[in-house]
Amino acid sequence: MTHKSLLVADARTKKRNAAERRFKAYGLTAIVVAILALIMLLVSVFGTGASSFRQTYATVTVPLPEDKLDKSGVRDIDVMKKVTTIGYTKLLNEGFENVVIASGIPTELSRKDIGGMLSKEAAATIRDHILANSELVGTEATLDLLMNGRIDGYFKGRVTMESAALDSNTSPEELALAQALKDAGIVHTKFNWAFLTNPDASDQRPEAAGLGVAILGSLYMMIVVLVTSLPIAVAASIYLEEFAPKNRWTDLIEVNISNLAAVPSIVYGILGLAIFINFLELNQSSPLVGGLVLSLMTLPRIIIPARAALKSVPPSIRDAALGVGASKMQSVFHHVLPLAAPGILTGVIIGLGQALGETAPLLLIGMVAFVREYPAAYTPDAGLFGEASTALPVQVYNWTQRADPGFVERASGAIITLLIFLLVMNAVAIFLRRKFERRW
Amino acid sequence: MSPAQLTKDTRYMLPMYVPLLATALLAVAGYYFAAKRAAASAGGDIRKLAALPSQYGLFTALSVIIPTLAALIIGLSFGGLGGALPQVLLGVAGLGFLVSIYKISPDFRARTHAETWIKVILIAASVIAILTTVGIVFSMLFETRNFFSQYNWRDFFFSTEWSPNFRGNSALGIIPLLWGTLYISLIALTFAVPVGLFAAIYLSEYASRRTRSFAKPAIEILAGIPTIVYGLFALITVGPFLRDYFAQPMGFGDSASSVMTAGLVMGIMLIPFVSSLSDDIINAVPQAMRDGSLGLGATKSETIRQVVIPAALPGIVGAILLAASRAIGETMIVVLGAGAAARMSLNPFEAMTTVTVKIVSQLTGDTDFASPETLVAFALGLTLFVITLGLNVFALYIVRKYREQYE
Amino acid sequence: MKDTNMQNPKISAKNVQVYYGDNHAIKDVNVEIADKTVTAFIGPSGCGKSTFLRCLNRMNDTIDICRVTGEIKIDNEDIYDAKVDPVQLRAKVGMVFQKPNPFPKSIYDNVAYGPKIHGLARNKAELDEIVEKALRKAALWNEAKDRLNSPGTGLSGGQQQRLCIARAIATAPEVLLMDEPCSALDPIATAQVEELIDELRQSYSVVIVTHSMQQAARVSQKTAFFHLGNLVEYDDTTKIFTNPDDPRTESYISGRIG
Repeated sequence: MTHKSLLVADARTKKRNAAERRFKAYGLTAIVVAILALIMLLVSVFGTGASSFRQTYATVTVPLPEDKLDKSGVRDIDVMKKVTTIGYTKLLNEGFENVVIASGIPTELSRKDIGGMLSKEAAATIRDHILANSELVGTEATLDLLMNGRIDGYFKGRVTMESAALDSNTSPEELALAQALKDAGIVHTKFNWAFLTNPDASDQRPEAAGLGVAILGSLYMMIVVLVTSLPIAVAASIYLEEFAPKNRWTDLIEVNISNLAAVPSIVYGILGLAIFINFLELNQSSPLVGGLVLSLMTLPRIIIPARAALKSVPPSIRDAALGVGASKMQSVFHHVLPLAAPGILTGVIIGLGQALGETAPLLLIGMVAFVREYPAAYTPDAGLFGEASTALPVQVYNWTQRADPGFVERASGAIITLLIFLLVMNAVAIFLRRKFERRW
Repeated sequence: MSPAQLTKDTRYMLPMYVPLLATALLAVAGYYFAAKRAAASAGGDIRKLAALPSQYGLFTALSVIIPTLAALIIGLSFGGLGGALPQVLLGVAGLGFLVSIYKISPDFRARTHAETWIKVILIAASVIAILTTVGIVFSMLFETRNFFSQYNWRDFFFSTEWSPNFRGNSALGIIPLLWGTLYISLIALTFAVPVGLFAAIYLSEYASRRTRSFAKPAIEILAGIPTIVYGLFALITVGPFLRDYFAQPMGFGDSASSVMTAGLVMGIMLIPFVSSLSDDIINAVPQAMRDGSLGLGATKSETIRQVVIPAALPGIVGAILLAASRAIGETMIVVLGAGAAARMSLNPFEAMTTVTVKIVSQLTGDTDFASPETLVAFALGLTLFVITLGLNVFALYIVRKYREQYE
Repeated sequence: MKDTNMQNPKISAKNVQVYYGDNHAIKDVNVEIADKTVTAFIGPSGCGKSTFLRCLNRMNDTIDICRVTGEIKIDNEDIYDAKVDPVQLRAKVGMVFQKPNPFPKSIYDNVAYGPKIHGLARNKAELDEIVEKALRKAALWNEAKDRLNSPGTGLSGGQQQRLCIARAIATAPEVLLMDEPCSALDPIATAQVEELIDELRQSYSVVIVTHSMQQAARVSQKTAFFHLGNLVEYDDTTKIFTNPDDPRTESYISGRIG
């Protein structure tokens, strides 16, 4: 046998080591691609959406003449309600023009154009304000009112002088005036709480659209999902892990559960439509139906980690309980279940997170409807969680279908909100896992 | 609220919450009453009882609740028993209470019987999984039959034209939808499988602990992001980017929604799915196998390519099939990224549509459950379910067999 | 300890220390191993004998937290030298593991794996020849020649271990390391493997780790006794088992420790 020195790498080894380096580089590339994709996704969403948390307002002093707003003269609300937003729009236009004149900024815009710089929602805002504070009639009111989406977009960089020149909804003059008003401190941008509390708004008013109804709807649905799927999932996993005999029947249940976890979510939407709405005649668009559908979808996704948690409790614990004369049932409920609880809970939170972000099945049960009324948790007519609502991810979809480009910002903003909710839920899950993790 | 619903509600003499509330109260009362009665039956000496008083109480409470719940479910599935359901529920709850109280005696093994009730609950909960599947199949089968009574099944399965028309005479062929679905899934898998697999290999075989502690959670974040987010990403970023920098300059068309847009974004979504499944599977290959190869002087990559991957192949194939099933059933990414035009083209920069997109479009908005244009969605849904079921069951079977091999 | 310096050692280790994280697993081991000899490492579980064995072909490199210092020379070349490629080293120093670990491939492919990756055969005929020779040397040819294409995992435990030995010698190593190669085998299979080891001595330097003192006595010419990470005594096998110098060796072979 020839003795080759180990200290000198032969040609073949060099070649093999080069292949080794290439292979490793492929792996590293894959990781980089995955992480870059994540970064691009987040940058895209946060880049377009972050600005929805700031909103442009104008401080306007609106004259409130009694002869226009209260024909009764005695602040009879029913009479005052007869004045529509059209009546208020005129006062608004007048008030805003006065503000502009008082600021001394020269402009050639008409009163109507100046008033048009405010959101169409502004008239409704001031009307609601006056109906709630009828004593203000006859005086004047100073309020922060929404600017329209184009002006808002200008301050956020979405609208430019060039694009405005081509846009029938605004003009470079309006943008110039808005800029001057901003410099004068009359127009200002502040944190947009209304985005989180307002209901949706119609097609022409992206600046007024908010997530209030969607967040409430999602919250109701999560309650339904938690209340229905947690006990059922725990009971099913206890049976399958602790009591079920190992036979064909339980094998079938097992394959079934694994399959259900992988069934496309839209199929659950069809199920919900057929069973909960067409057959059981529950209310369309209601958080109850949405919650039940998500619950069916989430069940197998909780059962699988719950079983794993039960399985990880060592048999010695069961033996110890049985050894002191506890029944099988007592050993499970007194010892195994409490020990598995943190693992089960982690699985539940992650399952809830998935349910929170699910969109497709909700489209089919009508949650995509335009809803401006905050749904009540219970009404005698609609029952528990029976009032029409929408949900966070569906609201995102809904906004992507609108024509006004302002809604793209809103949709991304809604996603940021959704991701923050998910982040918090996952952080809780990780915290629980860290805190209660047991090594046997 | 519609008039139809109002008449439906007044048809019930009692609102539903009355029997449910009554049952709950009866269960609580029954618990304490039975416990007291059991203790009394033994003359106050609970050692003479066959079970603890609280176990007698539990038995009574469960005897009230479980039959009532069962009656509720049966009653609801028979359409509310013509409005008599609340009364029936009250009757069942009362009967459960009386029978269980009658049974109390010092010799009655209340714990065993209570545990039998609990077991009934546990079994019922596991049966829900079966019922869900049955529900899925039947809800779709029923309406699919309605659909095929109005529309020739051959045209549905074999026609290459999809053009629904609400004035009738629609062409509802599934082929162009399947084409779009498979084309997009293929692009997604072509992107996700190599990236996911190599990422898993790198993380489990090469990465230092520091890299792993940072890269693994980052990839897991991708898995936790809802698909609507990917959909929006396709709509506002990837679609326009592909159109402006690839499709238009290269003359492939000027649509932002395209097979490529949806496929790429879906590929990103599938990366963590493929990588975490592959990671599990690669880690299941015993270390002894790696040692054997390294001990013979193989390099790491030779070991991975020639020993680890072949050993893990069945599992990896299973993982890819599961990913394919996911891709085929994915909805939001294609709704926002692929387009709505049913088209059979090879150009990946053209907008095409999928089965899931059409389910959404046929079932949202104004729907008429008598017209084939609406009912076709159920036939599409059933087809989708059958395809994914086949893929899932096959994949789960392979993965399971694979795991058993190394346990 | 008696001076064990030999004329022309195949392997010589000086001041070898091994750490697993904070755990000092091998403490200052010095040993010289002769060519064409079977050397046995014995000692109680956890004494470091396997760890030291894995230093000889740098298998410990695959464990992140493991650190080796000192000097190990094979044919007078320091195998921990930065210029040494562990891949080339392991081709020269083959290894057989505790549990038979055939690859999930055919018997033929198992044996041909090493020659293929190291490029030892220029064509299929040469490869066939190497495989046959290795299987013959491992005394498996007669049992396997008619089923070369069936999976290696289908063989019995003893056959699997002989397949692993065939796999190791097909790479044409000069040193063969065996880490408790019989611990997972029944007595008959053990006897066959032991017989094989004795044969292998003609061509290789064999180092075997075993926790069976009888096995060490049966197959080896030299024996090293490890205890708590120290090399306590190293001498001719007959000397160790009949008249050990160190009282700890004495206690171990008489069954008082371990």
